[in-house]
Amino acid sequence: MAELLSEIVDKYNYWLYIILMMIGLYAMIVKNNLIKKLVGMNIFQTAIILFYVSIGYKKDATIPIIKNAHGHGAQAAHKAIEAAEYINPLPHVLMLTAIVVSVATFGVALALIIKIYQGYQTLEEDEIRMRLRER
Amino acid sequence: MLSELPAILIAGPFLAAFAVSIFTWLDSRYCYPITLIGLVVSLVSSTALLASIAQSGPIQYTFAGWSPPMGIELRIDLLNGLVLVIISCLALLNLPASRGFLQRDMPEKTGTFLALYLLFVTGLLGVTATSDLFNLYVLIEITSLASYAMIAMGASRRSPLASLNYVFIGVIGASFYLLGVGYLYIMTGSLNMSDVASLLPAIASSQAVMVAFVFCMVGVWIKMAFFPLHIWLPNAYTFAPLAASRAIAPLMTKVMIYVMIRLMVSVFGLDYIFEQLDLQQAVVGLAALAIIAGAVMALAQKELKRMLTYIIVAEIGYMVGGAWLGNQAGMTGAVLHIINDALMTFCLFLAAGNMAFVLKDLHFDNLKGLFRSMPLSMGGFALAGMSIVGIPPTCGFFSKWYLILGSLQADSHLFLVALIASSLISAVLFLRIIEKGFFEPLHSHGQAVHHQAEAPAGEAPPMMLIVLAVATVGLFAVGLLSGSIVSNLILPVLPGGLM
Repeated sequence: MAELLSEIVDKYNYWLYIILMMIGLYAMIVKNNLIKKLVGMNIFQTAIILFYVSIGYKKDATIPIIKNAHGHGAQAAHKAIEAAEYINPLPHVLMLTAIVVSVATFGVALALIIKIYQGYQTLEEDEIRMRLRER
Repeated sequence: MLSELPAILIAGPFLAAFAVSIFTWLDSRYCYPITLIGLVVSLVSSTALLASIAQSGPIQYTFAGWSPPMGIELRIDLLNGLVLVIISCLALLNLPASRGFLQRDMPEKTGTFLALYLLFVTGLLGVTATSDLFNLYVLIEITSLASYAMIAMGASRRSPLASLNYVFIGVIGASFYLLGVGYLYIMTGSLNMSDVASLLPAIASSQAVMVAFVFCMVGVWIKMAFFPLHIWLPNAYTFAPLAASRAIAPLMTKVMIYVMIRLMVSVFGLDYIFEQLDLQQAVVGLAALAIIAGAVMALAQKELKRMLTYIIVAEIGYMVGGAWLGNQAGMTGAVLHIINDALMTFCLFLAAGNMAFVLKDLHFDNLKGLFRSMPLSMGGFALAGMSIVGIPPTCGFFSKWYLILGSLQADSHLFLVALIASSLISAVLFLRIIEKGFFEPLHSHGQAVHHQAEAPAGEAPPMMLIVLAVATVGLFAVGLLSGSIVSNLILPVLPGGLM
């Protein structure tokens, strides 16, 4: 039990992203309202963004700007850069793009929802299905 | 010049998309010619690329001078060179055939549609050309976003709903893929395909690599509508405007199959997949199930376009199964079937589009006697149907031959039975329609009468017929040339490990 607990605490970022992802997936599958489904989709995407951001982190590291690069002139230039002192910027940069993608998807989905509302006067999935059957 | 071609290939339609969206506001008459130019640029450069690769090997292009694995790289070898030619060729052919639809159904939205269409083609070309795993994700999403918007432009009240369902499922698929790439990045610290491939063998026994592989595969399977994950496809493709579904249906799923094969061959490596993981039997079984289920569901349909979408589901089973058989014949069949199936599906949707242009509703009852009023379109449809069934000398026969050979070598009886059964079922599917079109009287009662009274029986506009004729000739040409395509273009790229 204690082993399992320490396992969870050590890797809490993975557990958090899985929980968030499952919340999002649950909302997308179970919710009846299209807007709620859309919010579920956004939570799902955000979980993956958080996962990426967390894997760039290192203990006792700072932001990826080279220390003393300008301050001490020649002395600083000769100092080797220690990768362990800086967090990994690459996953963060990737996630900037992923955020753009998720915002774009969100926008397209909202536009579709507006069109659906104009067509059916409702956003509840069961009512839409009922109207489709009536026709 | 040649070294810049990979960039021109993608920049052509991309810049044209910008120009078209500007000209939508200025003067919409220029939208169509600009689209044409953009697509011609990509066709010319992809053909030139394939010709040069066939002679002097793969071409690499690095962006902004950052050499891989740091920078993003486009790498074009024979495998994706071939797929690039097919994409740009079909995208260009579809344009003149769809012009009638655009002018008739969405005159005020033509510019918007063309801009989306160009972005869609840009995305497909990028997905095929890139050799960076994260770049691949972004381009898949660009392609998907363009296709969501195009599908929602359909005339039916159900098109936005079909598109929204596609958005939900498509996002799950892309997210799974992204998650898989995340695990790969944790394990290797790289995103460049060949760099990852060189780092993976050392850590092949790791569980995380297996998780990465499974996530990537599930993501790609959702995007290509592999059988249990196919629910979004029939509605999305049925309710899309025909101008869009004729490009999306043949290209999107095929490109995702290419991505799957690329990940298997160039990233994870076939040795890893077939020797370390115990998934082969399960996936081939699932593919067999996909083939049967797709064919049976197609049999249950009463509307032509909907029937075609279920045929696509079955065809995806062919290619996934072929790639996972794990021998040379199966993989050859899968790659050859990417080209053939893109052509056949394109041809079928072209013919269906011609009919829909005249008939408006493609319920089977409306197809009665259609051979008399639309002999050319129905003829093209029948030939494309022959190719789906797999009758020589159409191209469908040759890829099916390789697939059957592969399943015999791999002792996969289930897949073999599924291949043969689905050929028989598709024969029934198409003969049923041909019989209706050929033997039944022109019309008996109902809507068709009213329609025929207004507009006397006629063919689709000449431009649509010309494109259909070109595509049909393509079916036979690719079929007759398939021997040299296989030996010159496909076999050299397959890794030596395959028997």
